Amino acid sequence: MRIFFIAFIFLISCSGKDDTASKVDIFSQQGILLLGNGTEPSGIDPHIVTGVPEHKILLALLEGLVIFNPKTNGVLPGVASEWKISKDGLIYTFIFNPDAKWTNGEIVKPEHFVYSWERILSPELGAQYADMLYVVKNAESFHKGQIKDFNQVGVSAFENKLVVTLENPTPYFLNILTHYSTWPVHPETVEKFGGMTSRNNQWTRVNNFIGNGPFKLDSWEINKSLKVSRNDLYWGNNSNKINGIEFLPIDNELTQDRLFRSGGIHLANTVPTEKIKRYREERPNQLIEHNYFGTYYYRINTNKYPLNDVNFRKALSLSIDRDLIVKSILKGNQKVSYSFTPPDENNYNPNTKLEFNPAKAKLLLKESGYDVNNSPLEVLYNTSEGHQKIAQAIQEMWKKHLGLNVVLTNVDWKVYLARETQGEFDISRAGWIGDYPDPFTFLDMMVTNRGNNKTGWSNSVYDEILNNAASKISTKQRYELYEEAEKILIDELPVIPLYTYTRTYLLSERVKNWQNNILDTNPYQFLSLE
Amino acid sequence: MIQLILKRLFTYIPVLLVVVIVTFLMIHAAPGGPFDAERVASPEIIEKLNEAYNLDKPIYIQIYNYLFNAIQGDFGPSFKYPGRTVTELIMSGLPTTIELAIYSILFAIFLGVISGLVASLNPGKILDIVPMSISLLGICIPSIILGPVLVLIFGIWYEVLPVYGWGDNPGDKILPTITLGTAYAAIFARLTRGGMLEVLGQDYIRTARAKGLSEIRIIIVHALRGGILPVISFLGPAIAGLLAGSFVVETIFQINGVGRFYVQAAFNRDYTMILGTSILFTFMTLTFVLISDIVASFLNPTLRDSGGLE
Repeated sequence: MRIFFIAFIFLISCSGKDDTASKVDIFSQQGILLLGNGTEPSGIDPHIVTGVPEHKILLALLEGLVIFNPKTNGVLPGVASEWKISKDGLIYTFIFNPDAKWTNGEIVKPEHFVYSWERILSPELGAQYADMLYVVKNAESFHKGQIKDFNQVGVSAFENKLVVTLENPTPYFLNILTHYSTWPVHPETVEKFGGMTSRNNQWTRVNNFIGNGPFKLDSWEINKSLKVSRNDLYWGNNSNKINGIEFLPIDNELTQDRLFRSGGIHLANTVPTEKIKRYREERPNQLIEHNYFGTYYYRINTNKYPLNDVNFRKALSLSIDRDLIVKSILKGNQKVSYSFTPPDENNYNPNTKLEFNPAKAKLLLKESGYDVNNSPLEVLYNTSEGHQKIAQAIQEMWKKHLGLNVVLTNVDWKVYLARETQGEFDISRAGWIGDYPDPFTFLDMMVTNRGNNKTGWSNSVYDEILNNAASKISTKQRYELYEEAEKILIDELPVIPLYTYTRTYLLSERVKNWQNNILDTNPYQFLSLE
Repeated sequence: MIQLILKRLFTYIPVLLVVVIVTFLMIHAAPGGPFDAERVASPEIIEKLNEAYNLDKPIYIQIYNYLFNAIQGDFGPSFKYPGRTVTELIMSGLPTTIELAIYSILFAIFLGVISGLVASLNPGKILDIVPMSISLLGICIPSIILGPVLVLIFGIWYEVLPVYGWGDNPGDKILPTITLGTAYAAIFARLTRGGMLEVLGQDYIRTARAKGLSEIRIIIVHALRGGILPVISFLGPAIAGLLAGSFVVETIFQINGVGRFYVQAAFNRDYTMILGTSILFTFMTLTFVLISDIVASFLNPTLRDSGGLE
């Protein structure tokens, strides 16, 4: 026993740190960012992956025609140094930056984008984000196999220009281009390691990967780390102050929290809810909380009785005290929803409201003629303590204000998704994060028969308004139409919005120029370390 | 003996076959598929994906294809990690998991056998009660609690040990090893104590004492050999349990082992990965049980004739 004890003390003393500098201190001096990045990325092929951790990595490795502007939520020149938009808003001409290069030294050409877009739109690749490009002329028909000739799709290369023809004037088209699904891949490399439409392509392996972003891929150890370093050939390299980034796949938020506190990472991308309060008190400068472009809502299966009755749905919404949920359960500075699309004070701010009015709710329930003694309704959610707390609160509110019996069912993520998609639910919790900063990314979801609608709700006026909005060039006109659509949605409530998401994470004070924006995107070349 | 080992090895085949078939049927019966995502893909895309991964074929053909390829060492592509094979992913984590398991088991044996020995030599005294009470505590505290507590003490309060990783920073293997090994150390301590008490009361020990052998010699050479038998028999299942249970420790300490794939694959409905890891863990469990049976048979003459393998 004593021998063991001595050995243990010896081991501890061997492994003790030489000085008090943490890993973050040392790496900051070397200009290397250490990022807690959630789950292990499923890959780094921009046309195949779909998740946030993958996005964070691709932001370093690849660059699209434009870059997301973290200060304004707008765009900055990327591979395209400038662009022209035709008067009717249908034709975009991108002029390429002659200094934009791949990591092998080749110049990034418009043809590479044509190849890349053909790749993501090829049905054989099975890309789940291909619909991001449906705004491009004939892209949807090509993706659905209705046309076979890619020349008919509205994208073509002329010398150093890429000309894109759209289906409708889409003023947020440039915003869409900040999404990784529209970013280029190096055609020769993709062809060499598996071909255009192979999902088993090996081009993303460390030794094969050719990118055009501000950083190049150095190493990738599964479930351990993915390291990138400065790309000296990048056109904006001179202003890049970061020498490298280590992405650490840490899916357990408690582990990530411990690692942050011990000085092991600059950024912990989540904070355990129960610790938010303590961080606010003890480390307010490291806790970042800001609005996120996402809505937490309850999805209603409008094909089922009594949920097919709008008065019943209204009664459900009116008897939810959102303030209480946000203040007493979530406690993370979330904002109470009054529209489906998260409002943006400067731009889109619909004039809708979702009030808490139990008296009115009771009246509407009576009007619906529903007998509360019927078999209980089910609220479905994927297993998570957070979802459970909210569901329990709402269950209580409906019982108290309406006398309604509700059962809660939690299932694992895939079961939840399957049941939602197959319509085997009454009410299910849901969340949606916008893909680009425009209300369309939310409102389009509720169009009749859209895959993500899942409520069975259909309203031809709503569909028509959104269709109409697509042809408007003026943002003001478009937003007016969106507001009309939003009103229909809030009036009919196939979805019951609860709150607007907040992004809450921990960031070392050594990271400078970080911007809190609703898409939670900070291109790394704009950051610096102190 | 060799014949018996071969016979045991032969039983692997039906066991593995049953594991594959039952796992296959179970994962296909579970609701939700590998391509279900919050952002719903169109039916055309799902169809293409099913085609690409041969999921559009009848289940018996899928099983046949799987077995046919698996025999040749091809466990298929991962659904969750496009472009990577299951074999490759498992091999990326297996060495780490095995290393973790070996260190943990060595730690458990070292600590468990010594404290069990001390306790058995002082029955009813303070040197028995204290280690045995601690060991009871060790069995009761799950690694999911012990790990974070150790991290808090040694990693965050005293800052003497790294809180994550494996082989990246000096000393980062200590806390995971202790976390994973403690419960087994506690079991080993109790097994050693029980085994030793039984042996120490036997005639041949009394004879040894009567012959005037030194106490240390009696304990180390004569008693321990028999007293440690329960530990040896339990070693196989223990290592198998360590490997399968490494998931928790791998998650707490951010270790890139194979245990995490085992659990994540089920959540992701990564069919091929579920099968690959199930086969791996079945194989390892069978193997470690076999090895511990062989070792036990060498230590215990009464088992030797049958090789302890019957």
